[in-house]
Amino acid sequence: MSRIKKIFATDSYVIPVVAILMGFLVGAIVMLIGGYDPVAAYSALFKRVFGSPYDFGEAVREMTPLMLTGLAVAFAFRSGMFNIGADGQVMIGMTAASVVGIKLGGILPAFLLVPLAVIAAGVCGGLWAGIAGYLKAKRGINEVITTIMLNWIALFLSNYIVRTFLLLQGQNRSEDNPASLSMTFLFSTFDNARLHWGTVIALAAASFFYIYLWKTKQGYEMRAVGLNPHAAEYAGMNVGRNVIKAMFISGVFAGLAGAGEVLGVFHYQSVFAASPGYGFDGIAVALLGLTHPLGVILAAILYGTLTYGSAGMSFGADVPPELIRIVIGSIIFFIAAQGIVRWVLKPFYFKRKKEKVL
Amino acid sequence: MEILGQLLNTTLVFSTALIFAALGGIFSERSGVVNIGLEGLMMFGAFAAAVGGYYAQEAGMGEWAPWVGVLSAMAVGVIGSLIHAVASITFKADQTISGTVINFLAAGSTLYMVKLIFDGSGETPLIDGFSKVSIPGLSKIPVIGEGIFNSYPTTYLAIILVIVIYFVLFKTPFGLRLRAVGEHPSAADTLGVNVNKMRYVGVMLSGMLAGIGGATITLTTTGTFAHNTISGQGFIAIAAMIFGKWNPLGAFGAAVFFGLSQAIRNYVQLFEWSKSIPQEFIFMIPYVLTIIVLVSAVGRSSAPKALGEPYDPSKR
Repeated sequence: MSRIKKIFATDSYVIPVVAILMGFLVGAIVMLIGGYDPVAAYSALFKRVFGSPYDFGEAVREMTPLMLTGLAVAFAFRSGMFNIGADGQVMIGMTAASVVGIKLGGILPAFLLVPLAVIAAGVCGGLWAGIAGYLKAKRGINEVITTIMLNWIALFLSNYIVRTFLLLQGQNRSEDNPASLSMTFLFSTFDNARLHWGTVIALAAASFFYIYLWKTKQGYEMRAVGLNPHAAEYAGMNVGRNVIKAMFISGVFAGLAGAGEVLGVFHYQSVFAASPGYGFDGIAVALLGLTHPLGVILAAILYGTLTYGSAGMSFGADVPPELIRIVIGSIIFFIAAQGIVRWVLKPFYFKRKKEKVL
Repeated sequence: MEILGQLLNTTLVFSTALIFAALGGIFSERSGVVNIGLEGLMMFGAFAAAVGGYYAQEAGMGEWAPWVGVLSAMAVGVIGSLIHAVASITFKADQTISGTVINFLAAGSTLYMVKLIFDGSGETPLIDGFSKVSIPGLSKIPVIGEGIFNSYPTTYLAIILVIVIYFVLFKTPFGLRLRAVGEHPSAADTLGVNVNKMRYVGVMLSGMLAGIGGATITLTTTGTFAHNTISGQGFIAIAAMIFGKWNPLGAFGAAVFFGLSQAIRNYVQLFEWSKSIPQEFIFMIPYVLTIIVLVSAVGRSSAPKALGEPYDPSKR
């Protein structure tokens, strides 16, 4: 408890909170310029999310993959890498969950099938990211370029597998997946909103992230490599192995996001026309959350609320839902360029100091 | 033979946008500022070209209308890149993060404005883009004539810029300063180069060029701007820049390589032997090849040394 108090007692929360407020302010100004009513729009946004149990459940559903991809990007970031490839890792995770669920569906009982599908998704996502980690560690190849390439390869590979092995006759999607992560016992409470165990997995992943990086020796090494690979190497750490391991764990998080979507939300896998974009949302969430697991969860809640609510904004106040991207972009901008926030806060800090003197 | 010329021509159509954006990326990164925001800057450009071109066409400018589109794209690209420059250079924000911000703001604001300007429509009205210009004489050469000398004006412009920018970067004092700022900012500072000013110039040039890149897509390929007009091209341009080792000629080669792979899609169904290969594997070729080439030939990356580090004179 005292630790939680400490987190909120320090200065560190002031800047994100002010950045969020400033982001909303920018959104409001953009709406005013466009001739819309920001008060009506924002209240429609929050009403959409918190207005009914169904919508609240669906908003939670929306937040779940964001948490996991956010954790994936943040974990790689902490180890000194920029994982643009969470998108591909999500797709590979989806495909693995589909293959295991559909192909072994009639063979294994559910209590074995579901965990196996989830594990397959995590491991395959991890291995997919591990390719980029391996190439970085052994060949010094920039992970940005490999993860971009791997995103495209994952898209086409997934489509090929779904189209060739899992296709539902005459449809552009796989057969129904018998493995399910749905939390059916909550369906009546939340009016059939598609809540699933992926949310619990995401929270567990965040705890793992925190404990691993800050409470274990391996995690300490990983952070050291992230902060300064040369110093870490000098201290006798195996930088290459840490890079591969970090990318693997990052990919596991993303793969699990894919499992949640396939087994918990859709219960089948479509042939994608284009990249689904999970990974790019993950980048935003990781940055909003200051690459800390607790921050990532809070950021996913914020991001999920805003994106899910933006539909309400367009129904309720006729504001194009794209506005919400401007708000999110501005928030990240103000968090990144903290100098601007400090400059805005300066008069307040100044006043406070003066009072102390008096 | 005829098909070879057509393939080359289509390749250049797809490559042009990538060439512009990759050249832009080179300016920014050679000055020491990571530019993950190329995707967003291309989006700004594609949007501005569609809107600028539309109004110029409405105003009866005829054949000149697409050029108005290009100019608007340059201007909007520069404005967009200024956000990145202010955050990452003046306020010393993490450059990767502020580049991501550009992508976000671009995706949001362009569609917001399209809906605002065109009464809630998710797409700009269709406009006449550039038409192909054949160069007299040269266009009669077999294969190359059809392939290169019968292209859109933007393609010619891109090829000329590759050469011009190569000379600017490696043979002029300006290029030397720009590169110095990206390799060793404190040394450049000691020699009297204004580090932050050079970096602003690098980032703004990247915005301008990526803007033209985006414009190329609306003015030669799609004719309109919608949410999926860019879809990943900016990231491919980043890959082309890294693949080409931050060198205009290398980036040009890489961009043509990616363009070729996109063009192959259009032609591959024409042959009997290729029909048996699942299309997904053909789509994968460029991306798999890129990784293989990087592994076997290119090896360690040669990024500018100070890439990603904000310049802080007090740490000199």
